[in-house]
Amino acid sequence: MSSRVVLITGVSRYLGGRLAALLAAEAGIERVIGVDVVPPRQDVGRTEFVRADIRNPIIAKVIASAKVDTVVHMSVIATPFGAGGRTAMKEINVIGTMQLLAACQKAPSLRKLIVKSTTAVYGASSRDPALFTEGMEPRSQFRSGYGKDSTEVEGYVRGLGRRRPDVDVTLLRFANFIGPRIDTPLTRYFSLPLVPRMFGFDPRVQFVHEDDGIEVLRRSVVDEHRGTFNVAGAGVLLLSQAIRRAGRTSIQIPSPAVSAVGSVFRRAGLVDFSPEQMQFLQFGRGVDTTRLHTDFGYVPAYSTRAAFDDFVAGRNLTKYVDPARLEHFERRLLSAAERRRRGLAGEDGVHA
Amino acid sequence: MPEARVIPIDGREPTPPRRSRRAARCTAIGVDGKRCREAVVADGLCDEHLAERLEAEAAALTPEWERRLAGGLAFLRRRITGDYPIDDFGFDPDLTESVLHPAVRPVYEKYFRVDARGLENIPAEGGALVVANHSGTVPLDALMTQFAIYDHHPAHRHLRMLGADLVFRSPLIAPIARKTGGTLACNEDAERLLSAGELAGVWPEGFKGIGKPFSERYKLQRFGRGGFVSAAIRSGVPIVPCSIVGAEEIYPIIGNVKILARLFGFPYVPVTPTFPLLGPLGLLPLPSKWIIEFGEPIATNELDAAAADDPMLVFNLTDQVREVIQQSLYKLLLGRRSVFF
Repeated sequence: MSSRVVLITGVSRYLGGRLAALLAAEAGIERVIGVDVVPPRQDVGRTEFVRADIRNPIIAKVIASAKVDTVVHMSVIATPFGAGGRTAMKEINVIGTMQLLAACQKAPSLRKLIVKSTTAVYGASSRDPALFTEGMEPRSQFRSGYGKDSTEVEGYVRGLGRRRPDVDVTLLRFANFIGPRIDTPLTRYFSLPLVPRMFGFDPRVQFVHEDDGIEVLRRSVVDEHRGTFNVAGAGVLLLSQAIRRAGRTSIQIPSPAVSAVGSVFRRAGLVDFSPEQMQFLQFGRGVDTTRLHTDFGYVPAYSTRAAFDDFVAGRNLTKYVDPARLEHFERRLLSAAERRRRGLAGEDGVHA
Repeated sequence: MPEARVIPIDGREPTPPRRSRRAARCTAIGVDGKRCREAVVADGLCDEHLAERLEAEAAALTPEWERRLAGGLAFLRRRITGDYPIDDFGFDPDLTESVLHPAVRPVYEKYFRVDARGLENIPAEGGALVVANHSGTVPLDALMTQFAIYDHHPAHRHLRMLGADLVFRSPLIAPIARKTGGTLACNEDAERLLSAGELAGVWPEGFKGIGKPFSERYKLQRFGRGGFVSAAIRSGVPIVPCSIVGAEEIYPIIGNVKILARLFGFPYVPVTPTFPLLGPLGLLPLPSKWIIEFGEPIATNELDAAAADDPMLVFNLTDQVREVIQQSLYKLLLGRRSVFF
């Protein structure tokens, strides 16, 4: 059954707003209701905005009165930055989801639930397989943070799926978002003038382009896609390689100093380096997207590398080393060598 | 080292007189062994092949050092701009072939004078699992085996090494292991590599093998839990037993400082006749003469995937592989003239 009335939580954030605008332009959808605590800044088309906190039972009234049949839950937040601390972040993520899902369970009109989750639920450790498939469990234990919140959120979502088998639950585990416009801790990280990384480690990183992410969310609403899916661009990049592609220089920080440096960055409001993020920057993570390609039927337009390059091009990051000039220099050096060989160098007095 | 450019013509002088006047087809033979079907432009060759030949002739005229300079500069540019391929496991073939292999080659050829035998037992394509004995305190045996296959096997295959999680926890070592084709020794990764048609290598003795005292040299330790056998069965790939002789003598372990090992979380802190007695000089391995022999492959494709969950069958097959390697070690030791020659 196709969706007619869609409710989106976290509509004032970048991805939520873009999805709302896209769904509002869809002819088959009657109403798009956006929920958030602050009004959206970007254009969301004919989306009706409801100022509400999902931690508040008022959300149940919104769902019931509008006869919402599809809920897209995208307000699990990754950083304690805007939320005002880790406690508030956990409150929004876990308690908010519980309230929302409680309201969903009571709503007879509900047919579909789509939850934006993250590949952070797989953790990051030295015992990880190269690529995680959807059925695998994390090899490391979370103490706190986005990964733990998301794991708990997924637990509640599965609970709802058991209690309401008539509701199609789509759980989307996104790799790190990247792109020319989206703002995440990782995009801020790559924009630093000197990019710090963990001494002696070079993790694999995987990205999903913002356009691909939005398209997967849109298709989840418009079509039927029950199940859990990893969403990431093809391939991986090494962190050092990504930094080089961005034309930046990195500085390697020995592990005893990492937490000190991290807290300096955090206090300066530059980049959020939670212990969990540190682990990711140490061990990295890769996910298998076979199920997205075969069952979901979507192949991301951007590979991890292409998505990252699009981010670099879109942000206009000043490259310390310009590849074109480097290539020019290389060609000059080689032609100088050739000239010397041909004996022209002796006449000109030029030496390679 | 950059190899000479392959000239895709058959080497004979093009024979224009009769045939080309009649058909006027290009006489070049492509890499696939088929004759090119384009129309002749000049010299019995089509546009594309003529350009290729001119380029090859120009390259042949260029002196070796200049070609090396060009290769080196291109490599540097790729590294600086991050323009090189990485597979899902983090394997960096560009770095492995341009930096690691040139560094390993003199050690392989001049220092340990490795004699690689039975390379024909490694299939030219498709998945296969090389299972070898482990020794030498420092896993140089893995490095040498990888190089032997890359350099001496006609298909120049990369051996994808499966390592313990300590490797991926250790700073500096972890990124090198991944970039040179290593990944964690777990069933998921082994099966992913093997079913993708890669050549994977395991050293199932692990730290028990590599850190055993000198007195127990060439006595195979327990072969783990046989996880490698079930991975091979599930992927339906052959197991190639590999026996390495010579690595046991490079750092003979006569003692183990257990207190230090426990303090730093190392599996062992070795004491050899030269280390730590001679300080950094003691880190130099003894120049033993090595033999790496690949045995006849043990097929697993007749077993169905359910066999991988039959512990008895897995144990038996594990024992069989272990026994084959042990016997071939004894045979090689008998045939060896001395440790160093």
